[in-house]
Amino acid sequence: MQYSLGPILYFWPKAQVEQFYDKAAQSEAEIIYLGETVCSKRRQLKMSDYIAIAKALADRGKEVILSTMTLLEAPSELAQVRKYCENGEFLVEANDMAAVNYLRKLKVPFVAGPALNIYNHRTLDLLLKQGMKRWCMPVELSKDKLSEILSKCDAIGIKDRFEVELFSYGHLPLAYSARCFTARSENRAKDNCELCCLNYPRGRVASSQEGQTLFVLNGIQTMSGYRYNLINDLKTMEGLVDIVRISPEAANTFEALTNFVHSNSTSLTAYETNGYWHQIAGLTPFGANLTHARVMS
Amino acid sequence: MELLCPAGNLSSFKMAIDNGADAVYVGLKNDTNARHFAGLNFTEERLEEAVAYAHDRSKKIHIAINTYAHAEQWDKWKFAVDAAAALNIDALIVADMSVLGYAAERYPDLELHLSVQASATNAGAIEYYQECFNVKRIVLPRVLSIHQVKQLARSTNIELEVFAFGSLCIMAEGRCHLSSYLTGESPNMNGVCSPASHVQWQESDGRLTSRLNNVLIDSYQPHEQAGYPTLCKGRFQIDSNTTAFHALEEPTSLNTLSLLPELFKIGVTALKIEGRQRSSAYVKQVTRVWRDAIDHCSSNMVVNDLHDWEKRLESLSEGSCTTLGAYHKSWQ
Repeated sequence: MQYSLGPILYFWPKAQVEQFYDKAAQSEAEIIYLGETVCSKRRQLKMSDYIAIAKALADRGKEVILSTMTLLEAPSELAQVRKYCENGEFLVEANDMAAVNYLRKLKVPFVAGPALNIYNHRTLDLLLKQGMKRWCMPVELSKDKLSEILSKCDAIGIKDRFEVELFSYGHLPLAYSARCFTARSENRAKDNCELCCLNYPRGRVASSQEGQTLFVLNGIQTMSGYRYNLINDLKTMEGLVDIVRISPEAANTFEALTNFVHSNSTSLTAYETNGYWHQIAGLTPFGANLTHARVMS
Repeated sequence: MELLCPAGNLSSFKMAIDNGADAVYVGLKNDTNARHFAGLNFTEERLEEAVAYAHDRSKKIHIAINTYAHAEQWDKWKFAVDAAAALNIDALIVADMSVLGYAAERYPDLELHLSVQASATNAGAIEYYQECFNVKRIVLPRVLSIHQVKQLARSTNIELEVFAFGSLCIMAEGRCHLSSYLTGESPNMNGVCSPASHVQWQESDGRLTSRLNNVLIDSYQPHEQAGYPTLCKGRFQIDSNTTAFHALEEPTSLNTLSLLPELFKIGVTALKIEGRQRSSAYVKQVTRVWRDAIDHCSSNMVVNDLHDWEKRLESLSEGSCTTLGAYHKSWQ
């Protein structure tokens, strides 16, 4: 099993990002994803900054992948994705079909990110022919679904032709919108957001009127309220998953990474879940009684 | 400009055609389409009747096969394409790349429209689907501003179809797992969002509460109008220290009537009315209003000229409240 650090999904000040990657360089993660995938207004780091970090990490023996934006609306955003695809040095993670389009034309291998809608073997076969070398599956898919897909891949002779990566730890990216929910939470429009996401390095928690944590608002992205944590499911990934992805959080990311690398099982906290992997509602931890709603203390 | 209306059954289908739809879109009675609701959609026999009804009147029928195919049941999606193709329908609305690939290869003459569930929001993604699957038309996700739609129209030669009226998805369609997060069932995998089977209503102490899989979505005072608990339209607290409000979106629906002159100018090919799950009476009324509006509209009209139609549509909208959604920058 290999371990990766996903792209930072939150908006952090440049110094915090650099500090994070200083630590990442010394961590046990073998694969590191870099880049802004959520909002094109988040420009604490420019492409040249990311490339500089990428080079430094590569020098430390890390495999570096540049992750690209997910929801592309403006021509300027498209142009930026194109620049990343044409970087000529590092592998790229495509999170929109526009990136796949550039990469297939450049005839360079790529990673299919979790925001691409890949739900079956025949779509994988198609993307393989266009250069996909690794697939990080949609976060809502389960272990059983992954098994089914991979056994079908086996049947058509493509199972060993790509790697499988699994989003295994961190708040799950669940949805993308034209609207910025963080700005809305401050009663601002997106055009006048004043980059307020910078004030919320963990996003903002949206909970029900009964205090149940439901979602984390991260700009135009809506994340799971509970943190996904498959630490106790590592064994069930054997034979299915090649790379475990740890998604950076504002605190304790490297402790979590260490726990995964060393298979240190721990019971999930009241704010963690592993529901999707077990093909139940994402917010329901496997084994928990559905009617026993977990309430914020 | 084509007026494309929804139909969840044959009666709605006929209503739409009789009241001025140029084309009607429908789904099969299984989870291959994104309105997989009980009592809705078409068996193959009913579909045959619908095709005949449309074609006898020189109108078109589009079939939505727009969920993502499950690996184990991939043939179900294949059979859906085969069945649609055998019926001589006018267009298939598809999201899954593998289904697009199959349809394009097996039925090269069958017109393919890229479903909104494929989330193609930009010229790069559109080019991908055009070049790989010869897609003729794209249904744009409800995330673009009118200015962005205009930019897109300039940068691509594909036919553009936009949502004009009906329920408002506030997330990029096909890129929202909120429903499976709360219920285990999602639009991409199951063709449902906030499924009715998981909805619970409860009344106590004069308050009405709506839940989805036990999660409280909203709680209503006696004077408040209650709406279906679509999870993105509930009232939630932020950082647990505010009064609950519609943190994601109010229970409003989309109405772009005031943009009609602009959409004409841009050269949009088709206006889509949402609502395969709605009644035939609803389909009839909405179709009539939009038919009249399109027939009377020209690119030099001003919003005031559209007042009468606006009024007729208001009463048909969710919570009687409408928005321009993402088309209008201030909504974002």
